[in-house]
Amino acid sequence: MPRDSGFRRLDETGAPVAFEIDGVAVAAREGDTVAAAMLAAGILAGRQTPVSGAPRGPFCMMGACFDCLVEIDGEPNCQACMTPVAPGMRVRRMRGARPLPEATADAG
Amino acid sequence: MIGGGLVGMAVGWGLLRLGRQVTVFDEGDRAIRASRGNFGLIWVQGKGAGMPDYARWTRLSARLWPSLAEELSAASGVRPELSQPGGMTLFLSEAEAAAGVAKLEGLRDALGGDYPFEYLGANAARALVPEIGPEVVGAIHCPMDGHVNPLYLLRALHTAFARAGGRLVNGAAVEAVEPLGGGFRIRCAGGSEWRAGQVVLAAGLGNARLAPMVGLDAPVRPERGQVLVTEKVRPFLRLPLARVRQVGEGAVQIGDSREDAGFDDGTSTEVMAHLARRAIRYFPLLERVRLVRAWGALRVMSPDGNPIYERSRECPGASVINCHSGVTLAAAHALVLPGWLTLERGGDAPGYMEVFGAERFRLQATG
Repeated sequence: MPRDSGFRRLDETGAPVAFEIDGVAVAAREGDTVAAAMLAAGILAGRQTPVSGAPRGPFCMMGACFDCLVEIDGEPNCQACMTPVAPGMRVRRMRGARPLPEATADAG
Repeated sequence: MIGGGLVGMAVGWGLLRLGRQVTVFDEGDRAIRASRGNFGLIWVQGKGAGMPDYARWTRLSARLWPSLAEELSAASGVRPELSQPGGMTLFLSEAEAAAGVAKLEGLRDALGGDYPFEYLGANAARALVPEIGPEVVGAIHCPMDGHVNPLYLLRALHTAFARAGGRLVNGAAVEAVEPLGGGFRIRCAGGSEWRAGQVVLAAGLGNARLAPMVGLDAPVRPERGQVLVTEKVRPFLRLPLARVRQVGEGAVQIGDSREDAGFDDGTSTEVMAHLARRAIRYFPLLERVRLVRAWGALRVMSPDGNPIYERSRECPGASVINCHSGVTLAAAHALVLPGWLTLERGGDAPGYMEVFGAERFRLQATG
């Protein structure tokens, strides 16, 4: 997993937060969004699109573009830029469209 | 051609194919645009109750759709993602199923028995689409139905129109169409004026105002439909439903609401919630699929819900087109209607076109 990043933190004062991306430990800072932590860690692409398979990653950083989708704690297609990072959070990068969810037992 | 939506562009491209010179006036971004909010169905089942010729016209277009898709893709380089695997209607109660079957049986009788559809019990429906939920009691499968990507269709029509030498005038809100010296004068907001030998009104709801200027009638009103779109998921729904379809890229579209909201093409929480709840009853797995977008759009509805095609007797050379099925009817509009409109190849058009005249509303009003 890359560690060099073109992004530089302006504020290094936040308390360290440890989470993981695809099973690899990543260091973030309190107050980071998942997208910010990914970019700081040099992970520019969080998924491959369902349409063309091209890589996509955080772009607008404000919840509008939906390019930063990742799986967070088992939930696919979460907006990384709108989700604060939390200790122990498990993030997975996605390939293509999300799988079908199982219908919940009481949905019918 | 007044109107650059699916209707105007399909007919406009068709007129170019007949060798006509065509100029399309498109109102601009403030226009009410049904073509941008369309659900994308090529839908035959259930249409034409009370007017069997509308059912015939719809089926003709569905049959011509593969030719349209092929010619349009070749002419534009844009594929409209045509798929015609048949369509399904799901029923949540026996009463609803009985009413649905009775409606199609009535159509089949009116059409002399030539109207293919099949009632499927719950298990047979689930054999086709295993994700159908336990509340569904049955389904109708109709092999005539299908779907496309309506935005690619619109783009394909615009591209083919431009490549064939058509002229598109953007931002042209037509204020008046006036008969003048055997032709017509088109006056646009801002003062520009144009001359045309013939004029076709395909301005959707705008036709109501324009049609009387050339001796025609278009008593159309807006009927709002709201559409929900989910995140992209792996394909599970091979067949389109009237109320739910999965698009080629994986998103699930949910729709088929009907309300009178005037010219407000927005959305409302109540209707969106209703659409979502109903879709979850059809497909329980959708409960855990995220919605990412919603919009409203205005159907163009005539008093009986059937289309209007009429050539003006008072002002020869003027005609009017209104329908709420710009996708379904696109093939008939591009490949059949232009000959009827120009009287050049009227022999190619079905013999029943006169029934679509708005005269039927005038007779009802006075009778």
